[in-house]
Amino acid sequence: MTRLGEYFATHWMDYIWNILRHLEISAISVAFAMIIAIPLGILSTRCHIVEKISVKFWGMLRIIPSVAILIVCIPIIGTGIVPAVVALTILAIPPILINTTQAFKQLPESIVEAAVGMGMNPREVFFQIKVPLAFPIVFTGIRTAIVEVVASATLAAYIGAGGLGEIILTGLGLMRNDLLWLGGITVAVVSLGTGYLLNCIYKQATKYQRV
Amino acid sequence: MAIAVEFQDVVKRFPGAGYNALDHVNLKIEEGELLTILGTSGCGKTTLIKLINRIHEADEGNIYLSGTNIKDIEPITLRRGIGYVIQQIGLFPHMTIYDNIATVPRILKWDKDKINQRVTELLEMVNLPPEEFKDRYPGQLSGGQQQRIGLIRALAANPKIMLLDEPFGAIDAINRSNLQDELLKIHRQSRKTFVFVTHDITEAMKLGTKVLIMDQGKIQQYGTPGEIIEKPANAFVESLISSGHVDTNYVRNGEGI
Ligand SMILES: Nc1ncnc2c1ncn2[C@@H]1O[C@H](COP(=O)(O)OP(=O)(O)O)[C@@H](O)[C@H]1O
Ligand SMILES: [Mg+2]
Repeated sequence: MTRLGEYFATHWMDYIWNILRHLEISAISVAFAMIIAIPLGILSTRCHIVEKISVKFWGMLRIIPSVAILIVCIPIIGTGIVPAVVALTILAIPPILINTTQAFKQLPESIVEAAVGMGMNPREVFFQIKVPLAFPIVFTGIRTAIVEVVASATLAAYIGAGGLGEIILTGLGLMRNDLLWLGGITVAVVSLGTGYLLNCIYKQATKYQRV
Repeated sequence: MAIAVEFQDVVKRFPGAGYNALDHVNLKIEEGELLTILGTSGCGKTTLIKLINRIHEADEGNIYLSGTNIKDIEPITLRRGIGYVIQQIGLFPHMTIYDNIATVPRILKWDKDKINQRVTELLEMVNLPPEEFKDRYPGQLSGGQQQRIGLIRALAANPKIMLLDEPFGAIDAINRSNLQDELLKIHRQSRKTFVFVTHDITEAMKLGTKVLIMDQGKIQQYGTPGEIIEKPANAFVESLISSGHVDTNYVRNGEGI
């Protein structure tokens, strides 16, 4: 315990920096995944070929573990934050994509018909009706992706991208169990904390369903 | 009387179907009428209504709204001037009752005070206290209350004509009867043209100033409820009426427009 105290005395800035870096890598990856997966998911509901191809492609990628993706990435794009973000983005796309497609497929026809019949133009129908109705399911996909990414971002340290994995690597290098514990517990707390925060947002945004 | 809606030899055929969903329909609806369209399931009632707001397009013939061919009106503009109510109600679950009712006035860029006033007036008209209801969500209302909102949402921007497709079909008998009475009141006060689809003979006779009976995409008879009961035009109408046990006390008749 005293050694952990020493670590905090000398390395507290590293600790904070690793947490922030961890969150940064995760946030960038999920943001990229959303930019790719949400439009692709919506397109899939309108164009059957896009759906078939993307379901196959992402289904396949999903089987490959993220460590493998990371290792494959290194010779192509080197080490550092870029391959980490690439690998985590690939990890985050499937849950968002699948849920987006589901959400936009399951929109209640009668509600959309009422909107069209009232004279909303396609843009108004999309943003005022379809997007809010699809939101809960899309958000659930994003939440799954975030939780997976935050946990997996630990691996980013292996390729020199930093993050909470770095504490664990240091612990391994120095054979210090206390640092292994510190790294592991911090990852768990950050994961659970993010999950909790996302649940709160979800509950707030879907209040109308439980009134 | 001016003509609100006119169908001239209208044919509608759905792709893949070997028959016409609407078969050479000719029809004039006078302004201020409440026309009920009566017929068995699949006879083309919904198709007829959806041709008026251009959710469907006619394959042949022309439809006129107050003398203007609807082909010459942009569909979205056309729809903003027509109230549309469906059986499934279709309230927007993520919006409050206020926002639901304000939808078309907002699209039409009415100012806030005018919208406020209109929403209040409409809620009062169907006996739902505005202060109690305007901030609620549709999920907090009973089926009958929801369809009242569906009705006033369609009326909100003062459309010249209202299209209602079996609006009370999914509502229990007692509530349905109350809603019918409210609809009659709204029609008498507003003097708008209503086109009301139903497969319930009693409802058609109770509400309609005119009744249109359809079968297999064709008009079988068009007249006042009294005319239809007293002088059925053919065997189909006769059997329809005799099957319906219509209580003649509740027939809307001789009321005059
Ligand atoms: N979108 C559609 N595509 C193909 N056929 C349709 C469509 N809508 C209606 N029909 C057909 O047209 C006929 C009339 O349907 P509809 O107007 O919905 O009848 P109703 O409302 O009187 O029950 C039916 O035979 C129905 O199957
Ligand atoms: Mg129908």
